[in-house]
Amino acid sequence: MTRHEVVSPIPGVFYRKPDPESELFTDTGRSVGADDTVGLVEVMKSFHEVPAGAAGTVVEFLVENEAEVDAGQVVAVVETDGAGTE
Amino acid sequence: MITVRKPGLSTTVQDGGRAGFYDLGIPPSGALDQYALQAANLLVGNPHGAAVLEIVYMGPELVFTAPAVVAVAGATMVPKVDGEERPMWESFAVGEGETLSFGYLTAGARAYLAVAGGVDVPEVLGSRSTYALGALGGHNGRPLTAGDELRIGDGVNGAGAGRVVPAELRGAYSKDVEVRVMMGLYDHRLSTDGRATFLDTTWKLTPVADRIGFRYSGAELETVEREPPFGAGQDPSNIVDAPYPIGSIQVPGSVEPIVLHRDAVSGGGYMMVATVLSVDLDVVAQSAPGTRTRFVEVDLDGALAARADGKRRVEKLHDALG
Repeated sequence: MTRHEVVSPIPGVFYRKPDPESELFTDTGRSVGADDTVGLVEVMKSFHEVPAGAAGTVVEFLVENEAEVDAGQVVAVVETDGAGTE
Repeated sequence: MITVRKPGLSTTVQDGGRAGFYDLGIPPSGALDQYALQAANLLVGNPHGAAVLEIVYMGPELVFTAPAVVAVAGATMVPKVDGEERPMWESFAVGEGETLSFGYLTAGARAYLAVAGGVDVPEVLGSRSTYALGALGGHNGRPLTAGDELRIGDGVNGAGAGRVVPAELRGAYSKDVEVRVMMGLYDHRLSTDGRATFLDTTWKLTPVADRIGFRYSGAELETVEREPPFGAGQDPSNIVDAPYPIGSIQVPGSVEPIVLHRDAVSGGGYMMVATVLSVDLDVVAQSAPGTRTRFVEVDLDGALAARADGKRRVEKLHDALG
């Protein structure tokens, strides 16, 4: 088991849903694939997907919905299933 | 030649700008941070206004098909050659077949990558700058996309690697900034309270910030009651259409001031309560979302003094890298 940090590559506002009426992309306790989106970051009038980056289980969200993030900030932690999945 | 493997968020070719066509609706464009542009160019021996890549928030991945000398100035985004870190504000070599990439943004908002010889895209109306809204200039009138190939100019006796901008002449970027303004031309639309609110509020830059304008949130400005003049809209923030200076701060609906930057539209019907000093447009350029911003009023003498200070700083940069 390895902790993989999901990082926003850009500064902006972090969203955990594709739009206000929809369900969360994912949540703690759920499993994700490496290419699954965990959130969106809004900047310069557009939205950019933040992929999990590794397959495993989401164990933590460090940023609230609609909170501001900096580039390089960890938004979530995924516990990977084993070695070599990152 | 440079091949774009990953384009970054919105990487554009920019130079000193396209002066002289704003009356036709074509804004100056060019590097939003003109100081960092000059620093990057002088480091590699280019003319100070040569065409560079403006990188916003996230760096591209670029493959060099020929050796080059490059430099990165502006926002802190550590450059890497084949994964190995290189310094900011310093010229360095990139070998044939090597890849230039960037670390996460840690300060500021826009980095400038100069390559000895300059980025050789065709000049449009005397400039290589990209005006994306008008699909004009730069590389096909748009930000870079994966697979693009950029030619590097020759004929410049490029300076070597290892040239450095002295520490005191480097840009310093904070999340708390002061931006100097001159009030007007439409500050008479604000009440005494509205004017005080504008100058006393610590505004926060929203994510709605790009080369056209930077939108801030923080307060609502009280306006003076009036009968709308012929040609102006009903909202208290509407005026009879007027030209928008670069740096002017318009306040649609009396909330969320917008600082117009170098890709601005040239006119419209919102009151401009103040105008950012040209030299402080560099400060706005290096603001990322969330930057806490105070607008500080100066008078004409103060503005001219600030301009002279800015000029002296650029002269020092030229002396240091001449």
